[in-house]
Amino acid sequence: MSADKSGGPLARILTPSRASALRTSGTTVASSLGAIAIALTICAILLAVTGKNPIDAYSTIIETGASGNKLLEMMRRATPLIFSATAVAIGFKMNIFNIGVEGQYLFAALIAAEAGSHLALPGVIHIPVILAVAMIAGAAWASIAALLKVFKNVHEVISTIMLNYIALSVIQWLFENFFRDDSGGGLNVKTTLLPESAHMPDLVDGRLNAMFIVALVTVAIFWVVVYRSRFGFRLRASGFNATAAATAGIDARRMTIIALLLSGAVAGLVAMQSVTGEAFAYGPNATPIQFGFAGITVALLGRNHPVGIVVAALLFGFLDSTSAELQLAAVPNSIVKVMQAIIVLTVVIVNEATIRRMNIRTAERARNELAAGGAA
Amino acid sequence: MSTTTAEATNTSSSKQTMGRGRRVALIGITMLVLMSVTRVWSGYDDLTSSGTVGAALRLTVPILLAGLAGLWAERVGILNIGIEGMMILGTWFGAFGAWKWGPWVGLVLAVIGGMLGGLIHAVATIRFNIDQVISGVVMNLFAFFGVRYLSELLFVGQPQGGISQSPPQSSAIPRIDVPFLSGGPIGSWTTPDIFGWFEERHWFLLGDLAGVLKGLTSNLSLASLIAVLLVPISAWVLWRTAFGLRLRSSGEAPEAAESLGVNVIKVRYIGLLISGGFAGLGGGFLSIVSSSYYRQGQTAGRGFIGLATMIFGNWRPSGVLGGAAVFGYSEGLKLVAGGSITGLFLFIALVSALVLIITLSAPVMRRLVTTAVIGVLAFLAYLTVDEVPESLTQSLPYVVTLVVLATASQRLRPPARAGVPYRPGGAH
Repeated sequence: MSADKSGGPLARILTPSRASALRTSGTTVASSLGAIAIALTICAILLAVTGKNPIDAYSTIIETGASGNKLLEMMRRATPLIFSATAVAIGFKMNIFNIGVEGQYLFAALIAAEAGSHLALPGVIHIPVILAVAMIAGAAWASIAALLKVFKNVHEVISTIMLNYIALSVIQWLFENFFRDDSGGGLNVKTTLLPESAHMPDLVDGRLNAMFIVALVTVAIFWVVVYRSRFGFRLRASGFNATAAATAGIDARRMTIIALLLSGAVAGLVAMQSVTGEAFAYGPNATPIQFGFAGITVALLGRNHPVGIVVAALLFGFLDSTSAELQLAAVPNSIVKVMQAIIVLTVVIVNEATIRRMNIRTAERARNELAAGGAA
Repeated sequence: MSTTTAEATNTSSSKQTMGRGRRVALIGITMLVLMSVTRVWSGYDDLTSSGTVGAALRLTVPILLAGLAGLWAERVGILNIGIEGMMILGTWFGAFGAWKWGPWVGLVLAVIGGMLGGLIHAVATIRFNIDQVISGVVMNLFAFFGVRYLSELLFVGQPQGGISQSPPQSSAIPRIDVPFLSGGPIGSWTTPDIFGWFEERHWFLLGDLAGVLKGLTSNLSLASLIAVLLVPISAWVLWRTAFGLRLRSSGEAPEAAESLGVNVIKVRYIGLLISGGFAGLGGGFLSIVSSSYYRQGQTAGRGFIGLATMIFGNWRPSGVLGGAAVFGYSEGLKLVAGGSITGLFLFIALVSALVLIITLSAPVMRRLVTTAVIGVLAFLAYLTVDEVPESLTQSLPYVVTLVVLATASQRLRPPARAGVPYRPGGAH
């Protein structure tokens, strides 16, 4: 389907036959579910050791889920996670670890909120313009890491970690000196509020806004671009084996820059749910933080696959939404975050083990076939 | 100056070591002279005051320990992005132990807490072979929320305790003034304060030297002393013992090491446990020595600054100490006398001038131009800038790291196999 003239044997590796793809995804789902079960067991032990009843905790979570009244909150909480995880996954497809989503989206939130408050446009254009500014700002911040990697060979893990902290400083400096709205008499700790025309429409009044749809559309585009386009094929080929891809005429440096810019652009959208739909401004206390790192865990849990990312984001969004109920049931709600970390670690470990086992099995099968062929 | 960066040779004969020692001493003396000139010229006496240096030392120690944590991990071949998380474990366990049983038990528990983090990282990366960066990132999240959970269980409801803060500790690690040098008492007799006397005179060079030395020898926490001693100890173990050779070989050429009978897996576990212990101690220092309680976010990215010092310390203990001291000093100066920080521009200008003169003897056009530009810019900044925005100085360590990585990466030599997963028997 995504046959590429320059692909050759690479194409066979990257686009496996339908049967083996089905087998692989079946194993993937099974091993993920197994891993989550292991993780929940570890959490239960952790709860029991610290003197809390795991059955209370889990039944609270299950009851909350069964009641169905957390569905909207689950989707609201999943929205920024989807953007963040997609940004991370784009990098992973090119074998680039973008730890800098955190800095990219906060920088983008400040710039987009400030720019949006100065524009007077009809709503149909205003919101897309703000989103576009956010994407450009996110990509701009990510471009620093991209240029450092391509021209100076600075590893992106180190540079994006450093750039996260530099972003925090730059944001604070810009906000305090230029963008802070002082009309409220110094008490306001936000940028100028966005005009009415820039308010993201609600899907359900006050509980879920249209950024959720934008998130789903972004994931769909991610799927088409990465799995069904010539560019996506080259991206994955380059990430899979840069040397082999280079011999096929794919410029790894160009791919690196594009991947990091795209990743930064999607990262720019992470806080837009808050900026355009909830706080209507950027503010150090109003804009949610830590979503960059949460996105890494969601991308890992979703195996960098579009469907996986949405499912994982909804799962984490749901777990986050149960914290009030857990607190009522006298279980410290930070257990939810601990649980998420353990789930991710277990899933990654089980995944690694599964791949190893499958590789060994494939090698054995090949050996057997060879032996059979030799005998005949 | 840059030409004197220690060459990364693994065979360090005694002659080379002496050469390096002399070079370090020469650089140190030159820097002190330039700093002294800067102080007299700019009039910022706090640049070399004992107060500044003392604060700098206290701020250097956690970064230093984080940097050594990174060094121990990467020397055995494992990246440790999770230092921040292991430090968080250290702050919490340290504060808990110090609150319950006193500061020394606290420090021990901090080390154990950090080692727990190191063990998790080791099991994930060595036993289960998962990506070392991923394991580190998850470690940071796990530690952050894990200690929040523990705080909710153990600190909420205690006097002044809460979900993001521990109850205050009642006692602290003893601090000493060295007798005769900084006026520490012997029995009931207060000895003369020699460094203090010189410092108050503000004589050129002598006053500065005395200020620095008094800062290092007065009000000195025993924990700081232990931490600084860990630098030569690390260097000695890693480069002067058979055990250290095995550790380093598993980070440089694990297959070769294995073929010579080194148990690479075991060595890597040990390296990561030590790494976690160092990070935990750094965390414990923050919650026991720098303050008297645990607070959420106390590490404030020091784990990552430590990683940065490891990089431009060229994966060597002395380099890590140098890097940590630069950051600790700039932070300490900001704390004690924020206004003096513009004096550092003059210092940079002077250093550039000196480098320019040295370069003239063997002119390299590009370096001449760069140094001249830096020097002129720094001097202009000194003349025009009244106050450096606090928000921007915070990012100094990170900017410096990126600049070093972008400009001097040829001179850096990380362990060859840091970050590459290893399976025993892989070479057969």
